[in-house]
Amino acid sequence: MKARVHVMLKNGVLDPQGEAVRHALGSLGFDGVNGVRQGKVIELDLADGTTEDTVKEMCEKLLANTVIESYSIELN
Amino acid sequence: MKAAVVVFPGSNCDRDLAVAFERAGAKVSMIWHKDTDLPGDVDIVGIPGGFSFGDYLRCGAIAANSPICRSVVKHAERGGYVLGVCNGFQVLTETGLLPGALMRNANLKFICKPVGLEVATADSAFTAGYEKGQVLSIPVAHHDGNYNADSELLARLNGEDRVAFRYTDNPNGSVDSIAGVLSDNRRVLGMMPHPERAVDERHGGTDGVAMFRALMDQLVTA
Repeated sequence: MKARVHVMLKNGVLDPQGEAVRHALGSLGFDGVNGVRQGKVIELDLADGTTEDTVKEMCEKLLANTVIESYSIELN
Repeated sequence: MKAAVVVFPGSNCDRDLAVAFERAGAKVSMIWHKDTDLPGDVDIVGIPGGFSFGDYLRCGAIAANSPICRSVVKHAERGGYVLGVCNGFQVLTETGLLPGALMRNANLKFICKPVGLEVATADSAFTAGYEKGQVLSIPVAHHDGNYNADSELLARLNGEDRVAFRYTDNPNGSVDSIAGVLSDNRRVLGMMPHPERAVDERHGGTDGVAMFRALMDQLVTA
């Protein structure tokens, strides 16, 4: 089974990299990009039967820094 | 004073930190990250700068979960001293020994230069050799030194006099210009600037010496 973890900076935490991407899009002529937030996607190849709770624990302990980041989990 | 300096793959200030401790009169042992135990009689653990584990995932995240860091956390919980510099500061926030987080510099640039550093409190074993308000010149060299704390944490840090250093000219976007913070028992210090790179005239400055001397004075048990 696979899990996909999305890690994003929490709302309200300034994302300087996202801001730089927004500026770059503007300078390429893409108007109307009001905001860019950059995060990461982590794909996990897991033993069958791994529970969402276990993946959640992985996020809490390592994959996300919950001081500044939030995460979401997709299992399939 | 007995000091232990932890070495991760990618650490690059470990020997500088060891030399700074030695010059102050400490006996220093180098501890590999796969070791599980610190020497039993160690007074202070140094977590050096560098790029532990290539900064993969997040700066300091993998190192914070290495076997030795479990012992470092226990050492701190027993009231032991810990100094984390640069990547070491990032590691300490990732272990939870220090609050807040270090993010990418606001200008997205790697910054490598001496900076003005104001001593925000002299009330710690690390800063007792300085006067509050004294301005030091200490080098920084980092890409992710932008200290992040929410307003509640910031109020707590200020209220408890736990901001150790502030930049005089904030180079990286850190909240409240914070360059270094203390734990609630004041025995764990994390800072982005490198005091161990300011302990010899040939470094271009010696403003870091007083930190290692003050630690020596405080931790003369060894």
